[in-house]
Amino acid sequence: MEILILLLALFVLSLFLGVELITKVPPTLHTPLMSGTNAVSGITLVGALLAAGSDSSPLLVNGLGFVAVTLATINVVGGYLVTNRMLAMFKRK
Amino acid sequence: MNPTVVSFIYLVAGILFILGIKGLTKPKTAVRGNTLSALGMLIAVVVTLLDGDVVNYNFIIAGVLVGSCIGAVMALKIQMTSMPQMVALLNGFGGGASLTIALAEYYSKLGSAPESFSEILTPVVASSSNFGSGPEGTIALVSIGLTVLIGALTLTGSLVAFAKLQELMKKSYGLPGGPIGNGIFLVASAVAVVCLVLNPGNTAAMVAIVGLALLLGLFLVMPIGGADMPVVIALLNSYSGIAAALAGFILGNTVLIVAGSLVGTSGLILTQIMCVAMNRSLTNVLFGKMAAGGEAVDADEIYAGKVTSAQPDEVAMMLEMAKRVVIVPGYGMAMAQAQHAVRELADSMEAKGVEVEYGIHPVAGRMPGHMNVLLAEAEVSYDKLVEMERINPTFEDTDVVIVIGANDVTNPMARESEGSPIYGMPILNVDKARNVVVIKRSLSPGFAGLPNPLFAMDHTVMVYGDGKKAVVEMTTALNQA
Repeated sequence: MEILILLLALFVLSLFLGVELITKVPPTLHTPLMSGTNAVSGITLVGALLAAGSDSSPLLVNGLGFVAVTLATINVVGGYLVTNRMLAMFKRK
Repeated sequence: MNPTVVSFIYLVAGILFILGIKGLTKPKTAVRGNTLSALGMLIAVVVTLLDGDVVNYNFIIAGVLVGSCIGAVMALKIQMTSMPQMVALLNGFGGGASLTIALAEYYSKLGSAPESFSEILTPVVASSSNFGSGPEGTIALVSIGLTVLIGALTLTGSLVAFAKLQELMKKSYGLPGGPIGNGIFLVASAVAVVCLVLNPGNTAAMVAIVGLALLLGLFLVMPIGGADMPVVIALLNSYSGIAAALAGFILGNTVLIVAGSLVGTSGLILTQIMCVAMNRSLTNVLFGKMAAGGEAVDADEIYAGKVTSAQPDEVAMMLEMAKRVVIVPGYGMAMAQAQHAVRELADSMEAKGVEVEYGIHPVAGRMPGHMNVLLAEAEVSYDKLVEMERINPTFEDTDVVIVIGANDVTNPMARESEGSPIYGMPILNVDKARNVVVIKRSLSPGFAGLPNPLFAMDHTVMVYGDGKKAVVEMTTALNQA
């Protein structure tokens, strides 16, 4: 139960931090912000790796893990690359 | 690896994500921010792989290879005009990843998985203690149910959004009963979550959550039209983050919670900004049609005999005399792929000493910041892209405004005509400028279905035709002058 409270505290504080941070992002960068946060939400890759790489579980779990790893990797690789491509265009003057 | 070390490294990854988003608050630091964020992702992945729980690498290698190839090809091939489609797909994949993780966790903790199709619905004996001791088991089950629910509806909702943006699905379909139909689906899936929590071995409940949520995602987005897509994409972006944070609760993983909630708030704030910019509530965008106008506005009455059209070379003469010109782009510019032509016109004007700026409405285009990315691609400096609040006071000192492919966001009815469906929506006050040039294919109405009195004003001229062609002709005429 204590762990749950800790996780909940982390969740709520991150929400507040998110509001503080995101409201400062200028409208010009809203599209890269969206693709960049897509890449960040690819952090589910961590959970996907645990599912795909687990041992003593039914094969279905590994199969679902494989799908999760694939989808999360698309988000991570695609998200960071396309964000970088866009931001490079904003940088040059 | 020592669990304390793993947790500590996850903390470092979380900090790097935060610094990454902080970098996005300024164009100059944005690239570095993105790199920091990617670095955080890399160390989080590496430490997970080194963690003792991962023993079977076959599925991982296969998934990473397939995912990297698809992701890299998408990111490098996509055209900037198609960014909304790309983000819609990424939202959907994020939801799909959370969905499959929650399902994997469910069957793994259950200790058995269906081996044939007929076994999918067969209940197994299980209690919440399979998922954790005491209340933790219940919490894990609630998190699993909600992750599946939100992940699945994000997946199908985003695929529909993609189909609409790609113009694969042109019509709008909805459930009979609209919001009530959707409400029934939502309540039914919530009931299925409760059933699952009460009896974790009830695999049919799990199947029901998946099925209902997949359908709900379809029905939620199918009725929504093209110009409302910025809101939908931002909202689905938020859902994909919330699903990731919930998956963090299932696994007790801190970095998932931090990253997921950052993404969740980001999407929500963008949704809010888009709604304010359209002067509509979120429920109105999702479930409502635009309010039917109080008094019917007759387009012929507004336009009859009052619309002046001009040729590109006449506009070029106007531009040559101007001291200050503001360009107002809309979705039509993206459709015509005219961003490079527009920048060349601006270059020619600047070479003649004209001051040029761009006025960007928050909902111009199909996603937040769409116009900015297109113009950045055409090498327009970002300090010339001016937001609505800052550009509006300058229109009175502007000699010519060029509106290209925008309509509703310049409609003065939003300011003046109280009975109008768009009354109260913040607009770019282009009608305050000394001259207005509207580049448009015809007088057809925009998404709101309203005539635009701006087109009939004395100081407005219409240039009919393809946006790119018209702009190129203006540039040629201006260069010869």
